[in-house]
Amino acid sequence: MSRRWLLLYVVLYMALLYAPIALLPIFAFNDGQVIAFPLQGFSTRWFEGLWTNRTLHSALWNSLVVAVISSVLAVVLGICAARASARYAFRGQGAVMGMIMVPLVLPEIIVGVSVLIVVNTVLGLPLGLWAVIAAHVLICTPFAVAVLSGAFQSLDPAMEEAARDLGETPWGAFRTVTLPLVAPGIVASLLICFTISLDEFIIAFFLTGASPTLPVYIWGLLRFPADLPIVMALGTLLVLASIVLLTMAEIFRRRGAARAGRKDSGGFL
Amino acid sequence: MSLIDLSGVQKWYGEYHALRGIDLQIAAGEFFSLLGPSGCGKTTLLRTIAGFEGIDAGTLRIDGLDMRGVTPDRRPTNMVFQSYAIFPHLTVAQNVAYGLRRTADGREEKARRVGEALEMVGLGGYGGRRPHELSGGQRQRVALARALVLRPKVLLLDEPLSALDRKMRETMQSELRRLQRQVGITFILVTHDQEEALIMSDRVAVMFEGAIAQVASPQALYSRPADRRVADFLGAMNFLPAEVRDGRVEIAGLGACEVEPEQVIGAGGMAEAGMRPEAMTMLDVQPGEGLREAAGTIADRAYYGDMTYYMVELPGVPGHVTVSMKNRPGSAVLDVGAPARIGWDPRAVLLFPA
Repeated sequence: MSRRWLLLYVVLYMALLYAPIALLPIFAFNDGQVIAFPLQGFSTRWFEGLWTNRTLHSALWNSLVVAVISSVLAVVLGICAARASARYAFRGQGAVMGMIMVPLVLPEIIVGVSVLIVVNTVLGLPLGLWAVIAAHVLICTPFAVAVLSGAFQSLDPAMEEAARDLGETPWGAFRTVTLPLVAPGIVASLLICFTISLDEFIIAFFLTGASPTLPVYIWGLLRFPADLPIVMALGTLLVLASIVLLTMAEIFRRRGAARAGRKDSGGFL
Repeated sequence: MSLIDLSGVQKWYGEYHALRGIDLQIAAGEFFSLLGPSGCGKTTLLRTIAGFEGIDAGTLRIDGLDMRGVTPDRRPTNMVFQSYAIFPHLTVAQNVAYGLRRTADGREEKARRVGEALEMVGLGGYGGRRPHELSGGQRQRVALARALVLRPKVLLLDEPLSALDRKMRETMQSELRRLQRQVGITFILVTHDQEEALIMSDRVAVMFEGAIAQVASPQALYSRPADRRVADFLGAMNFLPAEVRDGRVEIAGLGACEVEPEQVIGAGGMAEAGMRPEAMTMLDVQPGEGLREAAGTIADRAYYGDMTYYMVELPGVPGHVTVSMKNRPGSAVLDVGAPARIGWDPRAVLLFPA
């Protein structure tokens, strides 16, 4: 009896999580402009529309540029902060690490407005993708630090010392021993930051200026219901891409864990 | 000239005085141990020699050269870490070859040296293995090969055997001795295990609270400890109140005797007598000649197979003294509560200032 209820609970839980996403491909292949049941028949014309829509291409390109640059910058900053907090004890360590983590809970609208004021009023510069990148680094860094701190804390400090003892320079020891050992953490944090930046809307909306990122472009499309099925098609492709990306990352992580002989502890999937 | 020369070395961690003026000379080719309880500064001293810790006062010379400001990669020392610190992302051979990356040797010469080093520690043919496929003892050997392949002047070992089980530890103890004789390199071993230090070393430095209490050979350390702490830390020692009266020593519970000057440790004054458990005998088990006799009661007994330890209460002495007896075929084991006749040799008495 209780097992049946438990099963029902699990089914409902999964439905609630994934039904909205399942709708994406259904309407992406639906031969009708209105997003509503009953379905009108199979069509791939929305995907063809995707292929020819130049503004959408530039929005996607903008988003990719922003996501790649800001995730790399956030992860580099994260590596520095995580290593410093794991390896050294310094005055004000707790306070500094706390300050780095605060943007995690800062409402994005506050970040968006603040950066807008700084760029526009204080610095007097034009808005643009660079401002979005700056703000995305700000919100991504704490996520990178959170993931990387685990990786650095579980690293035996004697590893780097052994490399030094065997004749390596500090940078050589870091490059040949520390970096390979925290690589799974670096890949994980890159993925998380990339995803956060790619679908971030509020900050991008404030700062993007004349060249919109993908979420801002999609938001603009909502005013033209005729283009809505194109968004469904795009969404389908994005879901597919993220599944492929996460699977690849997981394979990479498991291979790394197996090679180092670590117990598989679940990873980020 | 000694290979390693420390003079007046001091180290502070904030308010904590970790090394309080260390003077120490270690000769080339010596197997030297730093022995002491945890927190005595022995690991700090080892890390100072390796170059991982700077020193706040004093000088450290290795092979005549002042090591001030010399980083670990430029010192003629290599270290075997307590955790072994084997690089998990490299194979055994790559681990051993790691230190050769910056040497001028050609590829073949490097491979030859790696093979030689692995052969030396008994891991020939293991080069392609991954570290996680190895047992604890094998990882230990990889760490040794990785350090020895660089032919350092000094090999530093930080509690290298503490993670191994008893059997493996005994094997590695004799293995390390053999290796040290074979390569002729100075070994400095940090350990808290007094037995290990006695078994393996040419000389031992006993450390307490950031200072060296005594440097001596294992035999000298055991038979003539420099003070009460050293006597207590190495092996077991019975301490009994004693008083010097008219040139004779009156030991509580045992009786009076005369002692030679070399049995007196440190400056005189009110004294305490120390006797090792094996310097006394239970006369009902094993009679001895020329021994003084004392009477007591057996309070407890611990049977170890090869040895039996008797805890004996002596009249007028708080606590008990421990007497160890070798179990020979047919020798009696005495019962708890029975009266005990103890035989003791005045020549085995050591006198400590109270």
